[in-house]
Amino acid sequence: MIWAVWAPLLAPLAAVPVARRLAGLLPPRAAALLLAGCAAALAAFSGVSLVLLTVAGLLKLPFVAELGHVRTALLPHDPAFGMPLGAAAAALALAGTAAALRTLLGHGRQVLRARAEVARVAGAGDLTVLPDPGADAYALPGRPGRVVVTAGMLRSLDAEERAALLAHERAHLAGRHHLLLLAADLAGCVHPVLRALREPLAYQLERWADEAAVSAVGDRQVVARAVGRAALAASAAPAGRRPAPALSAVAGPVPRRVSALLGASGGPQGGVWARHAVALSLGVCVLLSGAAVVDATGDLHASVETAQGAP
Amino acid sequence: MTESIRRPAGELEAAVLSALWAAERPLTPAEVQQVLPGVLARTTVATILARLHDKGTVSRTRAGRAYAYSPVVEDHAALAAHRMHTELDKERDRPGVLARFVSRLTSDDEELLRDLLAQPVVPEEPR
Repeated sequence: MIWAVWAPLLAPLAAVPVARRLAGLLPPRAAALLLAGCAAALAAFSGVSLVLLTVAGLLKLPFVAELGHVRTALLPHDPAFGMPLGAAAAALALAGTAAALRTLLGHGRQVLRARAEVARVAGAGDLTVLPDPGADAYALPGRPGRVVVTAGMLRSLDAEERAALLAHERAHLAGRHHLLLLAADLAGCVHPVLRALREPLAYQLERWADEAAVSAVGDRQVVARAVGRAALAASAAPAGRRPAPALSAVAGPVPRRVSALLGASGGPQGGVWARHAVALSLGVCVLLSGAAVVDATGDLHASVETAQGAP
Repeated sequence: MTESIRRPAGELEAAVLSALWAAERPLTPAEVQQVLPGVLARTTVATILARLHDKGTVSRTRAGRAYAYSPVVEDHAALAAHRMHTELDKERDRPGVLARFVSRLTSDDEELLRDLLAQPVVPEEPR
């Protein structure tokens, strides 16, 4: 119980950098699924750990012990069975749940508002065009999902590039990418270290949709041009108010996407061996974390049964 | 008439509407057909345009022997677009659910992007 209950809380510290590294070595779809899956699994294990620590701490309270027919004297002298730790775990679990609920509500509200506004504008097929001279485009999830594009965006692209843009947004909707992002956001609520998985996940989802657009229009250069010109148009004529871009020395996601499409760089790199080695260490991290949760749950259960005076 | 015919009707309507918006002037079915990538029969384009007209999404004017179509801009649509932007602006600096086609560019990004776009063999068509 001592190590096992801590392992899932510490695992993200090791697993997150490894997952980020591995994502860079994989094709976009695999990388995105890996990042979202890792975030969800590590968050679930951390959550269970917090619950176990909370329960173990609560059992030290006389009335809870009485309720569970537990004799506190028979509980193991383990720091994990302590009130201060239990209280801290309970506070973290509650804060995490509250943050997760807030995130869930925020996502829901944002989608509902956007859908309500889009419903007022006539569209064709799965496309809604906003009569806005600024350049913007996004996928609006729902059943059915919609592609929302401003008039300004359509005017800054040629016909092939417009087809690429529509294919890209449809790939987001078909792949239900917003659910993967939501999973990563919720994971970040449970364990702050997991927030570092969101940015690479968002990037890989864009790359995934870019590659889907390549399959749809059959030309990497067209998609690269569509992404690049759309981004330049958006920064030249932002839709609505857009705060001034922050200065940064690092290449942002858009140039990386364009170079990946052009095959210049930014695509999956590294040999098969590197990929296997990184994948193996990530697998070990996640499996250990999962095994630790099972072990800690078993330990707690056994301790409680002993303290209940079971034969 | 190969790949386009297999696409769902919704995607064809979307392609036609985006072509009309991009044009900034009324287009006849023949012009729309020329603009759309992929081979699409003129009658198909005409049918789609007539359907969009029935729905009130596009308006049409006589242009010689054909009709020329342009997208209808409703007053409340412009208002909705504006409200949506104020809404989205509030969310913009927080991670949101709406996957945008392109994220914000830094000035370095812009320079890098122009370089990248200048490289490909396919020239950028003047616009």
